[in-house]
Amino acid sequence: MATVSLKKLTKRYGTMEIVHGIDLDVGDREFIALVGPSGCGKSTTLRMIAGLEEISGGTIEIGERVVNDLPPRSRNISMVFQSYALYPHMTVRENLGFSLKIAGIAKEETDRRVAEASAILGLDALLERRPSQLSGGQRQRVAMGRAIVRDPDVFLFDEPLSNLDAKLRTQMRTEIKKLHAKVKSTVIYVTHDQVEAMTLADRIVIMREGYIEQVGTPDEVFKRPATRFVAGFIGSPPMNLHEATVADGKLVFSGGGSLPLPGRFKAAVGAGDKVVFGLRPDDLYPVGHGLQSGDAADVHELELPVTVTEPLGNETLVFSEFDGRDWVSRMLNPKPLKAGDRVAMSFDLSQAHLFSAETGKSLRT
Amino acid sequence: MDANASARLKRRIATVAHRVGLFLAMLVICLPGLWIVLSSLRPTVEIMAKPPVWIPQQVSFDAYVAMFSGVGKGGIPVLDYFRNSLIISVTSTVIAIAIGMAGGYAFARYRFRGKSAMFLGLMLTRTVPGIALSLPLFFVYAELDIIDTHFGLILAYVALNVPFTIWLIDGFFRQVPKDLAEAAQIDGCTRWQAFWQVEFPLAGPGIASSGIFAFLTSWNEFALASQLTRSINSKTLPVGLLDYTAEFTIDWRGMCALAVVMIVPALLLTFIVQKHLVGGLTSGAVKG
Repeated sequence: MATVSLKKLTKRYGTMEIVHGIDLDVGDREFIALVGPSGCGKSTTLRMIAGLEEISGGTIEIGERVVNDLPPRSRNISMVFQSYALYPHMTVRENLGFSLKIAGIAKEETDRRVAEASAILGLDALLERRPSQLSGGQRQRVAMGRAIVRDPDVFLFDEPLSNLDAKLRTQMRTEIKKLHAKVKSTVIYVTHDQVEAMTLADRIVIMREGYIEQVGTPDEVFKRPATRFVAGFIGSPPMNLHEATVADGKLVFSGGGSLPLPGRFKAAVGAGDKVVFGLRPDDLYPVGHGLQSGDAADVHELELPVTVTEPLGNETLVFSEFDGRDWVSRMLNPKPLKAGDRVAMSFDLSQAHLFSAETGKSLRT
Repeated sequence: MDANASARLKRRIATVAHRVGLFLAMLVICLPGLWIVLSSLRPTVEIMAKPPVWIPQQVSFDAYVAMFSGVGKGGIPVLDYFRNSLIISVTSTVIAIAIGMAGGYAFARYRFRGKSAMFLGLMLTRTVPGIALSLPLFFVYAELDIIDTHFGLILAYVALNVPFTIWLIDGFFRQVPKDLAEAAQIDGCTRWQAFWQVEFPLAGPGIASSGIFAFLTSWNEFALASQLTRSINSKTLPVGLLDYTAEFTIDWRGMCALAVVMIVPALLLTFIVQKHLVGGLTSGAVKG
């Protein structure tokens, strides 16, 4: 059993508070991703869990044991660093077995566990090499091997894939997912890449400026973002977010353009309220080139000029102008379009989001 | 001649010019050493001859034989000097390296108040010429009654070398990524173990080279040693060279022979340690 529980966890450097009393409970064997832009405190949080960074307030529990002041070695964790941090003066075999050697474990047992880890990660042919003789992906695997050999309660990953090229990243992502299925440990994974977080994690923690914005499953944070920030951060291409004022059953944008106020927000807002209207590119599409999710009555059509198109093969991202701003839409089963064409666009308002312009919180009731 | 052929020719000429240049530079650097070896093997007439005699006419090991003969037969207590030099140089090097490692590590890894000022202060001590220190040092040592002792010279040389070893070792620890020590701590090491298991081996070549520098500084130092030593109790080899000067004469051949005796251990040590000066050990630790 290894749950991880953060209570009012705070980090200050001098008078600068970096992490502001966050609470988080990670279940046993759960894969949690901490995601956010750089400087949001996600790596600091991870390093506090690892014991590499002292905490300024609150408590950290691993497996229901308070570890606030324990050194890293007493926390039974292992960590994969962004830089891999392999020991360059040791072979792959020595790197893998290092933690066991330090723990004074017998040679036969060490050999057995190194062999096991190396088999899982396909490192058998590389055992006698040194890190400098390995490619980026191989180093990454050795770093993961070093982590699993310890058989820790919790795995910590600090942006492990950000140094790999795009293709290798996708491949290693799959390997990490398989690895988690095999070793069944609790994982806390830090990344700035929302796609990585979405694809890997059971639950995602979105952080911003030292606060947690939302915790939820990938589906929840995508479909029901709690704040404007989460809405803009999760999803690619990002959600269309534009400020508007509520007036008379309509949303009036700054340029004078308007859309009907989606029915389910009618109770939540009143005339004159300033809001941020959000619509995912998937819910805005040239008529007949998207998937309607809700009631047909909620689909609003407008003819708009196309500004840019980005063909991706199976779909095309179409940027069209409405109210003086670019709105991105996803055209499935694409037909050829070019800049300047006028196209009838469907706004699937049943999927629209409204956030308070003031607090940024979702107005979903 | 086509463009490729002329480019190839140019490259060849450049290579040849490069080698000739290197050869000339090496010649200038090596000539004094060669001259010392030659001079130790031939009579004073030939050493002082004008124009210089490049190829020795008579070669003999008389100077070496005399050096190791007893006092009165032209000998000097070379073994005593050698022993003093060795004790003083090795001890002061070991101490300077130990302090340099601790200091260099602290400068490389920790943030503390007054760090830059301290570092600058250490560097400033290097700007004072050694000879300027000799008189004040002489008075202090006379008060403390440590003139003509091994301890006195070791103390002076440690003080001379520590700023340099700290500065050099600091640079080498900076090259060892911090992540490695952190990874080692997560792998179960204490801070102390992480240092000895991971950071020390990686900074090892740098520490070895600063060791060579410290050793050679102590081994060759003359200005302070000539003031602070008196007798075979503590006289080192460079001071021993003065034994060959008399009021009206200088035994150039003997002096050169002793210089050769001094150079050999320093060369040997450098060759031995150089093997371990493998650069680029940290490559492959972290990406980037």
